[in-house]
Amino acid sequence: MSTQTSPIIRLVSVGKRFGDFEALVDVDLEVRPGERIVICGPSGSGKSTLIRCINRMEKHTSGTIVVNGHELTDDLRDIDAVRREIGMVFQSFNLFPHMTVLRNLTIAQRLVRKTPKAEAEAVAMHFLERVRIPEQAAKYPAQLSGGQQQRVAIARALCMKPRIMLFDEPTSALDPEMISEVLEVMVDLAGDGMTMVCVTHEMGFARSVADRVIFMDRGRLVEQADPETFFTRPQNERTALFLRQILRH
Amino acid sequence: MKVEIALDALPRMLAGIGLTFQLLLLALGIGTALAVLLLLMRISGRWWLSLPAQAYCYVFRGTPILVQIFIIYYGLPQFEWLRESVLWVVLRDPFGCAVLALALNVGAYVTEILRGGVLSVERGLLEAGAALGMSSTHRFVYITAPLAVRIALPAYGNEIISLLKSTALASTITLADMTGIARTVVAETFAPYEVFISLALVYVSLAWLIQRSMHRVEARIGRYATRRAG
Ligand SMILES: Nc1ncnc2c1ncn2[C@@H]1O[C@H](COP(=O)(O)OP(=O)(O)O)[C@@H](O)[C@H]1O
Ligand SMILES: [Mg+2]
Repeated sequence: MSTQTSPIIRLVSVGKRFGDFEALVDVDLEVRPGERIVICGPSGSGKSTLIRCINRMEKHTSGTIVVNGHELTDDLRDIDAVRREIGMVFQSFNLFPHMTVLRNLTIAQRLVRKTPKAEAEAVAMHFLERVRIPEQAAKYPAQLSGGQQQRVAIARALCMKPRIMLFDEPTSALDPEMISEVLEVMVDLAGDGMTMVCVTHEMGFARSVADRVIFMDRGRLVEQADPETFFTRPQNERTALFLRQILRH
Repeated sequence: MKVEIALDALPRMLAGIGLTFQLLLLALGIGTALAVLLLLMRISGRWWLSLPAQAYCYVFRGTPILVQIFIIYYGLPQFEWLRESVLWVVLRDPFGCAVLALALNVGAYVTEILRGGVLSVERGLLEAGAALGMSSTHRFVYITAPLAVRIALPAYGNEIISLLKSTALASTITLADMTGIARTVVAETFAPYEVFISLALVYVSLAWLIQRSMHRVEARIGRYATRRAG
């Protein structure tokens, strides 16, 4: 199935230690362009660490990570190149609180891409429309609801025209009634063929959008399968136990 | 208490307000610039830059300003080479000595204030900047610095008031600032109580004025920089 297109992300026996603690153990993962991956697993199992290694927010301690042909080493040019391809959305939004929504969306374009102001603002407005809040452009993050802030954060990442989007529990900090507005935006994005790696426990999203669901436990990829198989016939008993626990809610 | 003595002393002391302000503003400007330099050294991540900065702050925060003023005014001129250097332009003049001592001192305190601001900027914001491809310089200039300044502002305001009060020490090295003039008036009138009370009132009004303007500044630039929980 993966033979015709080469992977855009490739991890080969990747390990990550924090001191003596092994947060990732021997992780192998390939993601093809346009593929949508959902990662789930108990808290502390290394999900964040895994996706943070992909854009070098964390430095892996063993193995190889190649993103779009650039191997992640200490070479800053490769790190820059990789970060240019990857957008990231955080659980806590991380919007710059002292900047308006519009400036949150234009600052990196202007500094990193050297995009002229008018063009950067046009791009920003385009993506604000895509996340359905163009009318909030002049406000400050603190004036928005959590769901709106997270949609701004998604738009901010999209403004850099990434080929890959990483999501780290984008809806976990949100009140229940705001979760769907964020998920809708993510579903849209999936429909456009964006390569996505999402850490989330939104199983409805995983079922309808994911090409593959991965279960992590104690730093290892324990199981991966298409959503249908994953949810109905999990092979590993820890996966089954985990699914019973989260689906009970 | 004789009110007329206090009232007579007031305009004379106010003649020194210009000198008090000069001391305050010069020391604040130079001290703050010094503090920015020391801060950059401290957070540079290079021990040979951060260690000297740390030592500097430790020494200047750990000794009385009055002692620092005396060292600079009475102590330094005994070095022949200093008297022959360009520094002598500053050091031979009590005003220069007072500004220098106050600035060096303020520099040490403001460094710590700014560092507190820098440390309290949420790490996630810097990660977001990095994920967007911003360089570490860009992150410092556009994220860390503006947020750190907002956080540090109230403490900086307190430091200005503290500096205002420290300028009174300049009177110990012959300067005729408000306190210097007050001491002359006391020597003439033998009415220390009245004169110093009205001097205290002047300082308190100035402190109030500084506090008010700082609140204004804070309200203006800190309007939307409320920190989110979580
Ligand atoms: N900077 C760090 N220093 C030390 N330990 C860390 C650090 N970041 C994460 N860890 C540890 O690594 C493990 C995996 O963390 P994380 O990837 O955040 O898990 P998850 O996202 O699945 O909840 C946890 O036990 C966590 O305590
Ligand atoms: Mg996590």
